[in-house]
Amino acid sequence: MRVLKWTALPVVLIAIWWFATAGSEEFYVPPLQTIIESAPDVWTLDRLRADVLPSLLRLLAGFTLALIIGIALGVLIGGRPRVRATVEPVLEFLRAIPPPVLVPVIMLFAGIGDGMKVLVIVSGCVWPILLNAVEGVRAVDGVLTETARSYGLTGPARLWRLTLPAAGPQIVAGARQALSVAIILMVISEMFAASSGIGFTIVEFQRSFAIPEMWTGIIVLGLLGVLLSGLFRLAETAILGWYHGLRRAQKG
Amino acid sequence: MRGRLALGLAGLAGFLLILEVIPRLGLVSSRYLPPATEIVGALGRELAETAFWTALRDTLNGWVLGLLIAAVAGIALGLLIGAVPLLRELTASTIEFLRPIPSVALIPLVVVLLGTGLESKLVLVVYAAFWQILVQVLYGVRDVDPVADETARAYGLDRSARIVHVLWPTALPFVMTGLRLAAAVALILCVTGELVIGAPGLGTRIAIAQTSGAVADMYALIVVTGLLGVAINVGARAVERRALRWHQSVRSEAAV
Amino acid sequence: MLNVEGLRKTYTGDGRAVEAIRDLTFTVPDGDLTCLVGPSGCGKTTLLKCIAGLLTPSGGTVTLDGTPVTGPPPGMAVVFQEYGRSLFPWMRVAANVELPLRQKRLPRERRRELVHESLAAVGLADAHAAYPWQLSGGMQQRVAIARAIAYEPRVLLMDEPFAAVDAQTRADLEDLIRGLWQRLGVTVLFVTHDIDEAVYLGRRVLILSSSPTVILEDLPIDLPAERDQLHTRATPRFTELRTHVYQQIQAAKNTVHADR
Repeated sequence: MRVLKWTALPVVLIAIWWFATAGSEEFYVPPLQTIIESAPDVWTLDRLRADVLPSLLRLLAGFTLALIIGIALGVLIGGRPRVRATVEPVLEFLRAIPPPVLVPVIMLFAGIGDGMKVLVIVSGCVWPILLNAVEGVRAVDGVLTETARSYGLTGPARLWRLTLPAAGPQIVAGARQALSVAIILMVISEMFAASSGIGFTIVEFQRSFAIPEMWTGIIVLGLLGVLLSGLFRLAETAILGWYHGLRRAQKG
Repeated sequence: MRGRLALGLAGLAGFLLILEVIPRLGLVSSRYLPPATEIVGALGRELAETAFWTALRDTLNGWVLGLLIAAVAGIALGLLIGAVPLLRELTASTIEFLRPIPSVALIPLVVVLLGTGLESKLVLVVYAAFWQILVQVLYGVRDVDPVADETARAYGLDRSARIVHVLWPTALPFVMTGLRLAAAVALILCVTGELVIGAPGLGTRIAIAQTSGAVADMYALIVVTGLLGVAINVGARAVERRALRWHQSVRSEAAV
Repeated sequence: MLNVEGLRKTYTGDGRAVEAIRDLTFTVPDGDLTCLVGPSGCGKTTLLKCIAGLLTPSGGTVTLDGTPVTGPPPGMAVVFQEYGRSLFPWMRVAANVELPLRQKRLPRERRRELVHESLAAVGLADAHAAYPWQLSGGMQQRVAIARAIAYEPRVLLMDEPFAAVDAQTRADLEDLIRGLWQRLGVTVLFVTHDIDEAVYLGRRVLILSSSPTVILEDLPIDLPAERDQLHTRATPRFTELRTHVYQQIQAAKNTVHADR
């Protein structure tokens, strides 16, 4: 019964798509059948290796760097009220800049290579992580802090066993926002200037009017988004299992 | 409080000073990063131009329209799906699947189907903002206290009355959170659409400044988008607080 | 031996100064169980935090075995009232108890031993693998107590540890503390606003005034060492003592300090 409820609507929607476009003469909206049939020819292993993998690696590199920088700075700033008050307006401003406009700026500095794309991703992703880390570190429970102090928890142990886990839920919330920004920036930076990558490929198909291929690209990109968010959720469950349990316990 | 304000202003001043000094000292070529004073000068020039104001209006137009459509659709669908358990179960998988699809994936599609005008931009904005609102509304509906709902039922309130008196008030804080998140996302997609597709607005102006080598103007326009973003964030938070003044629980950001 | 000498604490902020503690002097000999009792809001928690080295006093000194306390001293463990917020929710019970021991750099074997012993001592031998929030309030406070005794402190400070648990649990925990104190020979300083609890637990009760705090009376509790909830509380001597403390505190509440 659950499986049925889980699959019913997607099946219906795909069926509607299939039959509504069957025999479609509309150039830009090819039949779903055509799209699906063209997919294996487009997304060969070589193509995956040449276009999808580099995109993913850049995404991973940028996201990881942003995580490290964001958390490190967040811990430094969050624990110091005066520093926090000083830099917060600047950070709020930097966060509010729509990340894609950084693409032209970073192209000035870093050209159009891999470095640029990773830098673009870092520069867009770091703000939600940083600001959430600052807030998470600031809001560590007072009783917990005093407990840690009274048991002599200092230095790295304090960081690993008190500060980071306590700020964890906030940091993860920031990382989740950052991930969707990262995907946007991965695609945008490739649409702007690239000779490979999934964003580049899709735009190429569009420009050369390879419409069914373009549709497959969009579907692949969509699947990538779903896959990445699924992986993120797995990681979140592993890291924040305690937090979700705690929330359920509090709700009773 | 006053101390915080002073520190914040000092921070901003320091930030501007760094931006001024780095290119002046030649640490970074001023062709890449003009000194802050030059950016401010360029900003002044921009403000004097009609084309800038047209671009700003175009951007805000797209943002307001997109957010409005997303809000109406997100709230209506959210309440409908939330109020009918069967509907909730049937749509869960579809929502889980569609939500993480990055809206920028739609760019090539909207370009070929709708061209490079406002509609294309709107599709991106609405798609991105819609999920933020819908998901928050669904969270909110799930948060309804069963005792409150049963009480309403026991007093003979029908479904529509329960939506008005139980469901909506419970969901309101979540709706507000969703609107705040959607407002920020909508601006991002608005500018992205302009930048990449070429729909008229600030994004296009940034792209033009970049390709014509007007670096200071480009930075000035980026500053404008940032200020717009700050205004939207501050405004959204103020609206959220105002709308929830009556509400006893001030929800924590962590729940977002 | 714990020595508190001329302790003062004044909070300043917003251009106002609030005097929380005024000139407290007392000594807790090794192995004693002293209860501090006073009206609510009398600065008990402030005092305890000064002793624990978590707050810097405005004047006076705290010394533990002759060493002045400037930060949290190694030989002291604190049990807070807010058990739910004092246990690390991301660690299982055993890891919570073990954490301070890691900090002391005890070898793994010894740590395991101490964790087992202390959890068994508080009656939670099977709770090692649970998360704190899976336990009831009383059990969580037992974990906090286990963590404190596993630390093998010379002085155990308890800040209204049972104020947030139900009456039945509270009685059990009181007996647990008495038992642990007798068995381990640890010095206990127990802060409470509950007069019955202070008299039942303590070998001695220090009665505090309302804020700014001074000591009103240092009262030895001459009840037998073996106490139990049923009989001790029913003895005439218990009633006399609690009535006495009660009257002192009532008087303290109604006395307005001359210069306030």
